[in-house]
Amino acid sequence: MVSAQPLEFERSIAELERQIERLRQLAAGRGLDLSAEIRDLEKKLEGLREETYRELTPIERVQVARHPQRPYTLDYIARAFQDFIELHGDRGFRDDPAVVGGWARLDGRTVMVLGQQKGRNIKENLLRNFGMAHPEGYRKALRLMRLAEKFRRPVITLIDTPGAYPGIGAEERGIAEAIARNLLVMAILETPIVSVIIGEGGSGGALGIALADRVLMFENAMYSVISPEGCASILFRETTPEATARAAASLKLTAPDLHELGVVDEILAEPPGGAHRDWDAATQTLREAAAHHLDELSHMPIDELLETRYAKYRRMGSWTEVEA
Amino acid sequence: MAWFRKERKKLVPQRRELNPELWLKCDGCAEILYRAKVRENHNVCPKCGFHFRIGVDGYTALLLDHGFEVVTDACLGSVDPLGFVDSKPYPERLEAAARRSGHPEAVVTGEGHIDGIRVAFGVMDFEFIGGSMGSVVGEKIARLAERARERRLPLVIVSASGGARMMEGVLSLMQMAKTAAAIARLHQARLPYVSILTNPTTGGVTASFAMLGDVVIAEPGVLIGFAGPRVIEQTIKQELPEGFQRAEFLLEHGMVDLIVARPQMKTTLARLLHHMADGCDPSG
Ligand SMILES: [Zn+2]
Repeated sequence: MVSAQPLEFERSIAELERQIERLRQLAAGRGLDLSAEIRDLEKKLEGLREETYRELTPIERVQVARHPQRPYTLDYIARAFQDFIELHGDRGFRDDPAVVGGWARLDGRTVMVLGQQKGRNIKENLLRNFGMAHPEGYRKALRLMRLAEKFRRPVITLIDTPGAYPGIGAEERGIAEAIARNLLVMAILETPIVSVIIGEGGSGGALGIALADRVLMFENAMYSVISPEGCASILFRETTPEATARAAASLKLTAPDLHELGVVDEILAEPPGGAHRDWDAATQTLREAAAHHLDELSHMPIDELLETRYAKYRRMGSWTEVEA
Repeated sequence: MAWFRKERKKLVPQRRELNPELWLKCDGCAEILYRAKVRENHNVCPKCGFHFRIGVDGYTALLLDHGFEVVTDACLGSVDPLGFVDSKPYPERLEAAARRSGHPEAVVTGEGHIDGIRVAFGVMDFEFIGGSMGSVVGEKIARLAERARERRLPLVIVSASGGARMMEGVLSLMQMAKTAAAIARLHQARLPYVSILTNPTTGGVTASFAMLGDVVIAEPGVLIGFAGPRVIEQTIKQELPEGFQRAEFLLEHGMVDLIVARPQMKTTLARLLHHMADGCDPSG
């Protein structure tokens, strides 16, 4: 597969891909046997891809996390789950297409799966608002999570959003209240919750459906209090690519950073070249990890589950305490 | 509405000789006011009702019968978990903020009485890095909520915040989850929580404990929101309507219970607490 939209740091990968493609066409067109040459180049390509992706800088990871060919929530739902029935609406104002969710089966067990949904083209993004939810999206998510709690079905949330939508309607209808309410309810929801950061974990808009017993994060996903662009412009007062790259590094927004900070429980390895190179492999990783964590959580009595969840968030942060 | 704004602006006479220790200019109506008169009026402009910032000491004096009787967790201090440097290193920023505000962090917590009712009380300090919530603010709020729960006290928090403290990265984001979880347990224990929003209350503080009060009160004219107005303007590329994200706008849209001016704040709070809290505290 040749990347349709290679990222800056993928240029040499894309160039090699084009070379291989040219050789293939040449071989086919003129009936030449170039299989040895092609094999060599393919080996080289594989090595280059592994090498490139082993040492991605934070800003490169941000680019991969936002890659338009990366699998989105509905792509994972279609591949990792069965018998998905999408449920719509917050019962208060409207259905927000930036958040999708419904009943589904994961390896035979019924779960409530929901997440932010981005679009791949202008038409889709008009509908999905680039995965930026309005209050209705969070309130729909809350309704579905309460539904899951009623039948003691576990909740799986997939996180992929630049953030909650900063607009007039969103503020009018209380985006802050909607996110706050979700956090309040998720903290004491009487059923297991597993969240997976699949792409972009943009601030409070991501956290609004990501308070969970287990938080998993794909290797090249990002999760941050503010976008690197926002941080660069507000704190560094610069909007150059260099400032943005510096902000991405300063914010410690990569999966390994967040694992070390205790915010993420497990890092999910991506196929070589990133999740966008191999949707099936990424899907299988997600399915296996989610099933594994649900198995563990389903054996815990509810009281213990809630105590553990509370203690997990109570520990988060970093401070000193000097007795006076 | 630009013409309207222009027309309202009054010409201020040049009075360079005015002593700033005695006089101040109102941010609301640009009137030159006698400081003592403003102070007497709970730091509210007698001409236009503009609420001047009064900070931690101001709210403590305004709301508590005898001030803080106990100050809790004053020994909690911020660290620099990310090694964050913008125009200056985060530890230097913390030191400067402590000097400037006179407080060790952006919230002061403890206990006091309001009209004879013992309460767990917290007040945020906007002068400390814009009242931003990092690990210490989150931890102190969570501990305050837990203290209220253990001692069966009503909780009152006065918020003023620009949002999450970016210099602590995602750890500051997690304080939203932490504080919301602690408030959830307070609700389960059927203890009242009154949240008072002062200028400004935005970002991660609004999207966590500040909007989770049983009763949410705003001071008049206060800016309350999730996204800042400039971010919204840049996103939607149009001018925001007059009064957008102000307390009156939120009341109209059903997001706060009451707008209460400072001179009535304590009596209103006391009435609410008597309705909800009488009988909460076994020791009285
Ligand atoms: Zn005035």
